[in-house]
Amino acid sequence: MAIETQPEKAHGGGDAAPAGPRRQRPWWMRPAIHTAIAGAVIGYLLGHLLGNFLVASNVSTEYPNIALSDSSDVPIVLGYAFGTVGWLAGLGVFNDLVRQVLGRPVPAEAEEEAAGAGLARYFRFSLDHKVVGIQYLIGMIIYFCTAGLFAMAIRAELLSPTYHLFSSSAYIEIVGEHGTMMMMLMTSVVLGPFGNYLVPIMIGSKRVAFPRIEALSFWLTPVAFLVLLSGLTLGGFPFGWTGYAPLSIQSTVGADSYAFAFGLMGISIIMAGFNIVVTVICYRAPGMRWSRLPIFVWAMLTTAFMMVLAAPVLVGGMYMMLTDRTAQTAFFVDQLGGSSYLYENLFWFFGHPEVYILALPGFGIVSELIPVFCRKPLFGYKVAAAGMVGVTLLSFFVWQHHLFVSGINPDMRPVFMFTTELISVPTGFIYLVAIGTFWKAKIRFTVPMLFALGMYFNFLIGGITGVFLSDVPADTTEHGSFFVLAHFHYTIMGGLIFAFMAACYYWLPKMMGVRLNQALGKIHFWTMFLFFNSTFLPLFAVGMAGQPRRVFEYARNLETLNDWVSISSFLLGGSILIFVINFVWSTVIARVPEVGNPWRSRGLEWQVSSPPPPGNFAHVPVVLSNPYEYGTPGAPPVADLNPPTGVVSAAYAAVAETAGAEA
Amino acid sequence: MAADAPAPAPAGAADGPNHGLRIFMLWLVLALAADLVIWFVWGPHLPPGAMSSSAANQQFDIKVMAVMAAPVMLFVLVFFGYSLIVWRQREGDEEDGPPIHGNTRVQATWITLSSVLVLALFTFGTVELVTANGAGAGEGASPIWKPGGSPLQVQVIAQQWEFTYRYPQFGGFETADLVLPTGQWVEFHVTSLDVIHSFWAYQLGVKADANPGADNVAYTKINDTGTITVRCAELCGLWHGAMFDYGTAVSAAGFESWAKATRIRLAAVTRLLPPYALTYDPTVIPQINKAMVAAGITGAAGLYYPPTDPVQP
Amino acid sequence: MSLPARIITLVVAFLAVTAVGAFVVLHYLLGGPATVDYAAGVTPNTGATVNVVMQEDPQTTVGSKPDWVTYFIRNPTTGAWVHTTLFQVPAGSRVDMTVFGFDGCTPLRNPVWGQVTGTIGNVEYVDGKPYHVLDSWGGCNVGHTFSIPGINLNVPMASPGLLQAAKPGLCATSPCTPGPGTPYRVMTFSFYTPHIDGQYFWQCRIPCGGGFLTGFGGPMQTIGFMTGNMDVVS
Repeated sequence: MAIETQPEKAHGGGDAAPAGPRRQRPWWMRPAIHTAIAGAVIGYLLGHLLGNFLVASNVSTEYPNIALSDSSDVPIVLGYAFGTVGWLAGLGVFNDLVRQVLGRPVPAEAEEEAAGAGLARYFRFSLDHKVVGIQYLIGMIIYFCTAGLFAMAIRAELLSPTYHLFSSSAYIEIVGEHGTMMMMLMTSVVLGPFGNYLVPIMIGSKRVAFPRIEALSFWLTPVAFLVLLSGLTLGGFPFGWTGYAPLSIQSTVGADSYAFAFGLMGISIIMAGFNIVVTVICYRAPGMRWSRLPIFVWAMLTTAFMMVLAAPVLVGGMYMMLTDRTAQTAFFVDQLGGSSYLYENLFWFFGHPEVYILALPGFGIVSELIPVFCRKPLFGYKVAAAGMVGVTLLSFFVWQHHLFVSGINPDMRPVFMFTTELISVPTGFIYLVAIGTFWKAKIRFTVPMLFALGMYFNFLIGGITGVFLSDVPADTTEHGSFFVLAHFHYTIMGGLIFAFMAACYYWLPKMMGVRLNQALGKIHFWTMFLFFNSTFLPLFAVGMAGQPRRVFEYARNLETLNDWVSISSFLLGGSILIFVINFVWSTVIARVPEVGNPWRSRGLEWQVSSPPPPGNFAHVPVVLSNPYEYGTPGAPPVADLNPPTGVVSAAYAAVAETAGAEA
Repeated sequence: MAADAPAPAPAGAADGPNHGLRIFMLWLVLALAADLVIWFVWGPHLPPGAMSSSAANQQFDIKVMAVMAAPVMLFVLVFFGYSLIVWRQREGDEEDGPPIHGNTRVQATWITLSSVLVLALFTFGTVELVTANGAGAGEGASPIWKPGGSPLQVQVIAQQWEFTYRYPQFGGFETADLVLPTGQWVEFHVTSLDVIHSFWAYQLGVKADANPGADNVAYTKINDTGTITVRCAELCGLWHGAMFDYGTAVSAAGFESWAKATRIRLAAVTRLLPPYALTYDPTVIPQINKAMVAAGITGAAGLYYPPTDPVQP
Repeated sequence: MSLPARIITLVVAFLAVTAVGAFVVLHYLLGGPATVDYAAGVTPNTGATVNVVMQEDPQTTVGSKPDWVTYFIRNPTTGAWVHTTLFQVPAGSRVDMTVFGFDGCTPLRNPVWGQVTGTIGNVEYVDGKPYHVLDSWGGCNVGHTFSIPGINLNVPMASPGLLQAAKPGLCATSPCTPGPGTPYRVMTFSFYTPHIDGQYFWQCRIPCGGGFLTGFGGPMQTIGFMTGNMDVVS
């Protein structure tokens, strides 16, 4: 019998030529979301069984019943861990890695992309940053709406100070789910969809630096979302999104869903940020100097830096919480040598940059939009960029303002009061930039511009009330009350989410080639703006009047205010529903094409087709000027999309020459 | 790249109305009106009231900051409002606006002004914190801003889900009722027996987190008699929302008589309490209870790990 | 996909999501143990008396948490023991409470809760003998407490002694039945309910959550076990 000496590849398809296109397997045999779900279920069961085995063999004779009950943490944590690995394996994340380990050829990315067109690729582990961007967009909208439903449940409970719609345990679960879902998942609400989609195009690159890491960062988010939701089946967690120890160590198994989901999301955040940082630094087209970088890319870069530097601390903290709960370590247990203060500091060292991770993308979006709708250059571009860099640097030096009354070293409080007030200076630069851009402009009130204006208005209130909180004596009354809650909803929802809506209306034609209905968009804006303010503005007064956060009983004289806020919040939910209806209608049913440059923007992303072709650009462009040169008649176009052959290679050769000369 | 275009000089532009002057005047009028309303009308009614020294101090802080914040907010709002009305793109006008990339003078003024404001706020806040003996905020175990003399010591013990108060200067009795005297400095020692709580006495302007195994000190001096609302301000589990109580501030004489009477009334229970300390470790249990735990006939006894596991304190 | 196909997919997806959401809300968020009604047929604010009967057990053999301690409440009409901690009493009335204590002893985290407060006469009767204070640290005396912070009620629950706990051993099933071979103590006390409606939470103050940090996790913070609500209705 002859021994086969042909290469492995020849066995792959009917085509004899090894370089030919791969034969397409049917859609249900290729790794996609259905195989991921199967992998997750199998993984969870394996992990859970392993955990049961470990507990049964190790538990002391004192508590033999723990293994029989559903109050054991180890099977649940192991179940989640193995389930995550199973999900990723089912998606095919490890396929290329295994191929390389085994020495088999890895299919080239261009082939992969050509192989999958149409709707199916959005359910796969796709290496095209544009597909990942759309996946993130849909995911983020789903996560936002789910968490928003929890918020309306909270407000329904707070309609009466004495009649309780939910039991107190259900209420505290709902509070924790809303807060955690929003804070952990909305961290990537702009960088995920718009950062991943637009940054390469805006810098003139055909790809991102690490497509696999980028796609992985997305596919971890549904796991985090579902793990967090599964906490409801486990009895939830009673400690809100901050997870203070020792309450989090004391809690039943629902707390494991919190720690695991948040830690997993932290890993996703690190990956997403890391990819953006390297892409922006290394993949800029020739001519894309730092001074020509769109301000949105500056915002993404600085946000990504904060993600990479802050999220590891979160992952560490969550890991320590999990080991305290399962492996009987005592990081946060003061009577066994640990400290509850350790958790507080670890958490807020991440937690404060986290809120700037939430704020900066909003700054980037509005600063990117207003030149287009004012037909003027961005006033003080360098100041805007410097402001973002300043916020990023300072954000790591302010975290103790969450701990002013917690018993920290009293000497440190004036220091952190100073740094917190100082960070308001670079934060204020966006207003300087806006004011300068509006001066003698030609302002067009399109839907994206309306949302940008709403963002400025809301963030003004949010930012100024932040200064009230930075003052230690005033913070003594305001800390832990609804004043803080109103402050951060104004900055995060009023700032970031309004900017997210602006970005949706602005960039959806670019990303999907369809336009959102503008009339419905205006209705959406006005209802959202009106009801958002009517929901959160009274909460400053409610907090100052003495209502703490996360309570289900409050003073009777505050009932009218709370009722007003609750009704407004239901109407706010209605306005978000209008957005969802608009989004679904426009992208699924009506699909009104919008393929040109409807906003007449000079941005580089608008110079390619909508949606952009695979590879974004036919040739790597040469960037000639910044995208904000409105009003200058002789301004060069933003880039040359068809540079003469040899220009790019000559540019690289010139760079190599100078590098060689310096060496 | 940031070419400085002709500065939009506020004084006398040859083409069209003087926008800068208009905006400035509008702002001036509104800011003055707002500040006057805040200082004179709102001021005396601002939270958290003036029942104690720290509350009055905080009320003053909030008043000053509101007076500083209102002009800043109004400036942005007036400018935005003005530009959105005056500088809208008119029907049929497809031209771009003037190519103003920046204005060094405006930028420098803005940065300087905001930095000065920040420094002023910081100085103000620090002064207020120091001169008010910590302004009612928890200063940790080693407070640095404290009143002289001998304040009344009140230990606030937070546990799931009620506050109890110990008065060491009256034999260390422990009660769930908070009664405090007016006209005297009170030194709160806030600690917890289990998880992190936060002692918030609203009318006193006192807030101090209660951490297990830690002592958090806060000071205040009560000026008027009245009811004090005490709420827990840090999520501490299932019944955090119901962890509130009402205390009273009475005259010094009234307080003395209450303390003496309560000490006698609670003498039987005070004998059972551990000696007064700044922190408590409730897992330190006497020998007989250790025997009960070892025999397996008790519950958790406050321990985390079953006794057969290694490393017990 | 064609337009009708897209619309059908949308509708199906919407219905599926709504169904899942409704299930989660109804089952996990609005569900819970039943409320035992002691206020039925009693006119509030007339000083009437209701008899509330409860027991506390060392194990929970109903459900999936065998190592959790729990309370049971007796249904006044059927006499059956209900696994719940929610009960309803009329406003402005007198509550005579009887608690059967089957669980063993644990010292209090804060011994101040060994004092009986909020009852008529600030006294409780353990097996018929009156007590004002129980010393949980000085001996095997106290198993749990029944405390309603909102009306300043705190009543320590006595526990069977050391010897009884060792032999014949504590009750190992739930609900327990008082009888020979099952050690227990009977606590009786009375208090007045407030005149206005309200929901007053009650809790145990003994750290009896075995295996949880500080002993205050698990059953201590789960409604239906060692904490619940007293609804005052009028």
